[in-house]
Amino acid sequence: MAANKESSIGPAAGTTPSTDEFIKGLWRDNPVFVQVLGMCPVLAVSNTAENALAMGLATAFVLLMSNILVSTLRNFIPKQVRIASYILIIATFVTITDYVIQAISVDLHKSLGAFISLIVVNCLILSRAEAFASKNTVGRSIMDAAGMGIGFTFALFCLGAVRELFGNGTIFGLGVFPDNFQEWIVMILPAGGFFTLALWLLIFNVAEARKAKA
Amino acid sequence: MSTTAPIQPVAQTSSAKMLQAMVGIGIMCALLIVLTFEGTLPRIERNKAEALEKAIFKVVPGITSKQTFALSSDNQFSLVPDDSDANQLVYAGYDADDKLVGLAIEASGMGFADVIRILYGYDVEGEKIIGFYVLESKETPGLGDKIEKDPSFLANFEALDVSLTDDKRTVENKIVPVKHGNKENPWEVDGITGATISSRAIGNILGESTGSWAPKLAMNQKVFATKQPQKSERDGSE
Repeated sequence: MAANKESSIGPAAGTTPSTDEFIKGLWRDNPVFVQVLGMCPVLAVSNTAENALAMGLATAFVLLMSNILVSTLRNFIPKQVRIASYILIIATFVTITDYVIQAISVDLHKSLGAFISLIVVNCLILSRAEAFASKNTVGRSIMDAAGMGIGFTFALFCLGAVRELFGNGTIFGLGVFPDNFQEWIVMILPAGGFFTLALWLLIFNVAEARKAKA
Repeated sequence: MSTTAPIQPVAQTSSAKMLQAMVGIGIMCALLIVLTFEGTLPRIERNKAEALEKAIFKVVPGITSKQTFALSSDNQFSLVPDDSDANQLVYAGYDADDKLVGLAIEASGMGFADVIRILYGYDVEGEKIIGFYVLESKETPGLGDKIEKDPSFLANFEALDVSLTDDKRTVENKIVPVKHGNKENPWEVDGITGATISSRAIGNILGESTGSWAPKLAMNQKVFATKQPQKSERDGSE
């Protein structure tokens, strides 16, 4: 299965930040379509394009900040308490994100509210801290987090756009279809999230298989 | 199936070092959170006050200014500054001629996911609810949050009956939620299919809230009837 690919767990070799660390998160090791990580927010918040984008950006910010801090402190944190330390660091940045979003817009906070705190348990962030940031330099960790964060946001947006389009007949709240369009309510419901995710995974895997053959 | 790598023995680390690391990170994180909290607090409070102000003008349609009143323990209302932190506040909305249009009242109760905070507009003279707005909810996006958007649900609150009995002490018919499509009486809240629990919660919150507020407001109707002059410059200037 694609999810078992180990290539995303970068070796400690090489210390200069390389663009490859950035690129891999976008496509080859996309956190959603290839690694299938962080499924809870992917399925829950991707019912509109706007929510998906905001959730993706919030997650990317937390990922970036926690990767920076974890890689900075990687020689200071003893192995036995590393997971507890990572959770503490991640939770801190999630709380900060929560306050910042409240300060930016009450409406945005209203629509994301319940899911902001759930970023703490997003396994994508913990897996990048454990598998990458704890073994690599700050520079490489930043590249990794930026790539993974953008890849995650992109994937969430792919799902959100499709689900909003068919479930609500809109994109970013703007009507696309004529008035007599009958919405597919199932697309907004959790089941629609699974269907859409399956669809995108199919597209990705077919594309990968074609590339491998060529 | 992939084989699991043998667990590598971890080099012994002294407890003191572990404690040092955890406490160190803890203190650093606490500091970061406190700094962000302090830094964003004024903006968050301003945003919340603005949102409440906007909501008041939304639930009591057609008003140009408002005044805040607080309920004291002996069931008397008195004018208080807008930023008062008293518990039981009502917001009186006035039109351009300083005549009372309606009162905005905050209420809250348990929804599906968490406590829902709402604001509703109440017409004291007509004894009915004239507006409704969700201030804070964590209801499921796409389902429970229809209580904020669904047009046929919001139509419930254009004129929801809260008639009082003749002695003005109790509400004649408590507001109750009903299943979608079963609304027969003007005091019933027509629910939403697919958001049953959230829409029922709204009906129950309104029932509880109007049950305790409406008689008190009716008794003190004179207090709000016209805008009180002494603070008129302050209000509506923001």
